[in-house]
Amino acid sequence: MKHTLLSSALIIASITSISTQSEAEAAELSINITNLTNGTYFTPVLVAGHNAETSLFTSGTMASEALKKMAEGGDIGDLDAMIIGADGVTVTNPAEGLLAPATSVNDIMLTTSDSQNYLSIVAMLLPTNDGFVGLSSWPIPTTAGTYTIMLNGYDAGSEKNNELINGGGALGTLGIPVDPGMHGGTDGAGIDDLSENNNVHIHPGVLGDMDNTGGISDLDSRVHRWLNPVAKVTVTVK
Amino acid sequence: MKYLQQQSRLKLAIIGALSLMGLTACSDSDDIRAIMPPEPEPAPIVMHDFDVSVTNLTANQPLSPVVLLSHTSNLSIWQVGDPASVALEHLAEGGDTSMLVALDGIDASSVATAPIGPGANQTLSISIPEAQVAQLSIATMLVNTNDAFTGVQQIDLTSFTVDDKMTYHTMAYDAGTEANSEAKGTIPGPADMGEGFNAMRETNDRVSGHAGVISRDDGLSDSILDASHRFDNPVATITITRKK
Repeated sequence: MKHTLLSSALIIASITSISTQSEAEAAELSINITNLTNGTYFTPVLVAGHNAETSLFTSGTMASEALKKMAEGGDIGDLDAMIIGADGVTVTNPAEGLLAPATSVNDIMLTTSDSQNYLSIVAMLLPTNDGFVGLSSWPIPTTAGTYTIMLNGYDAGSEKNNELINGGGALGTLGIPVDPGMHGGTDGAGIDDLSENNNVHIHPGVLGDMDNTGGISDLDSRVHRWLNPVAKVTVTVK
Repeated sequence: MKYLQQQSRLKLAIIGALSLMGLTACSDSDDIRAIMPPEPEPAPIVMHDFDVSVTNLTANQPLSPVVLLSHTSNLSIWQVGDPASVALEHLAEGGDTSMLVALDGIDASSVATAPIGPGANQTLSISIPEAQVAQLSIATMLVNTNDAFTGVQQIDLTSFTVDDKMTYHTMAYDAGTEANSEAKGTIPGPADMGEGFNAMRETNDRVSGHAGVISRDDGLSDSILDASHRFDNPVATITITRKK
C-alpha cells in the first residue's frame, strides 16, 4: 500500500517535470495570412516572435522610424533587425513579394523559444500613404490548436493621406509609391488631410474618386476602399 | 501560544459584553443602559478600485469626456434596434454625461474632465464599494459627428481579481436620434462648434451600428466634415484594470 502511494507520487512528480519542460520548449507555429481587401496589396510581410518588452507598434503612440519606413514604403528591414536584435525570431517576405487582394500565403512556419511569447505581423497597405495591416504582440497560446485573428488597417500617422501616386515611398517623401493593381489615376489635386494625429491609429480608409485623370485623389473609390478587418490570420500551435 | 491565550481571553471578553448587552435589552433600567460598552466600530467598507484607460483610435474624432457607470442592476445604456434614452441622446449629440450618471440604478460613476484627442489616451479611475461591484458601462461621443458614440456596457466586474486586465476594441454606434446631415451648425466638435443636444428625433429613431461619415471631400457638398473625419472600426481601445 505504501509502495503504491510512493509510486503514484513519483508518477505525479514526473508528469510535473514533463509539463514544466514542455512550457520551456519551443512553440511551433504554422501561420496562414489572407488579404481580405478588394484592391489593396500587402507589401512583403514581416512575421515576428518576440518577448514582452518588444513591440512593432502601439496604437496611440508615435511610430518608430523603422515602422514609418515599413508603412510609407514597405521596407521591413529595420523592423526585422530590431526584432532580431531583441532576441526575437522572424519570417520575412513569406509571400515572396506582394500579397495580392483576396489571396493567401499559407503554412508560414515560425519556431519560437520560451521567451518569444508574442506574435506580431505587419505589412504596408499599397496603395496608401502610410497605411499598414498589423497585429501587435498577440500572446501565443500554450494550448495546441488553431486560432483565428482578424487584423485591422492602421495609419502610421507619419504622413498626410494626400492619395497622390507619385513614387513617394522613401521615408518623409509625401505620396504613394505605386498602385500594383494599375487602377490608380493621375493628376489628382490631392486631398488636404486636416488630421493632426501623429500617433498610430486605425486608418480612416482611403477616399479615392471616380476620375482617373484628375479629381481629388489618384485612388479609385470603387477599387481601393476597404473596411476592417483587412486580413484574416490563422495560427496553428502544434 | 501566548497570542492564542490572549485571543481566547478576548473572545471571553466579547462573550461577556454580548451577554451584558442581552441583559440590557431585557431590562427596563436606564442606569444599566448607561454602562453599556460603546457600539463596536462598523466594519470598514472595502473598496474595489478600477482604472479604465481609453485610447482614441480615430484619425480626427475627439472623444467627449468619458463616463464610467457602475450598476448592480442589469441596466442597459443602449440597445441596438431600440430608441435611445434621452440620457443617451444627451451624450451622443452633445457629449453631456449628466443625465447618464443620474439614471436610476447607477450606484457609482466617474466622468473625465477633458476630451481625448485623436490618437491620444487617458486613464480614468472609479472606486466601487465591494457590495456594489457588479457591472460597468462606459460611453463617449465621437464629437465631430451628429450623434455617434462608442463604449462597452454591462462588463462583469465580479470576476476581476487585483491586477486583472480586460481589453475591448469598441465600435461606433449611431444613436439614431439626430439625422446624420453633417451640416454646418449641427456638430458640436471642433470641426463645426455647432449645436449639441436637440430634443427633436430623426424618423429612423433607433440605435444601430454607425455607417461612418461621408464628408464634403466625398461628395456631400454641404457637409462641414472633411476626409480626415471619416473613421472605421474599431474607434477606441478600452482597458479595464482592477487596481485594488
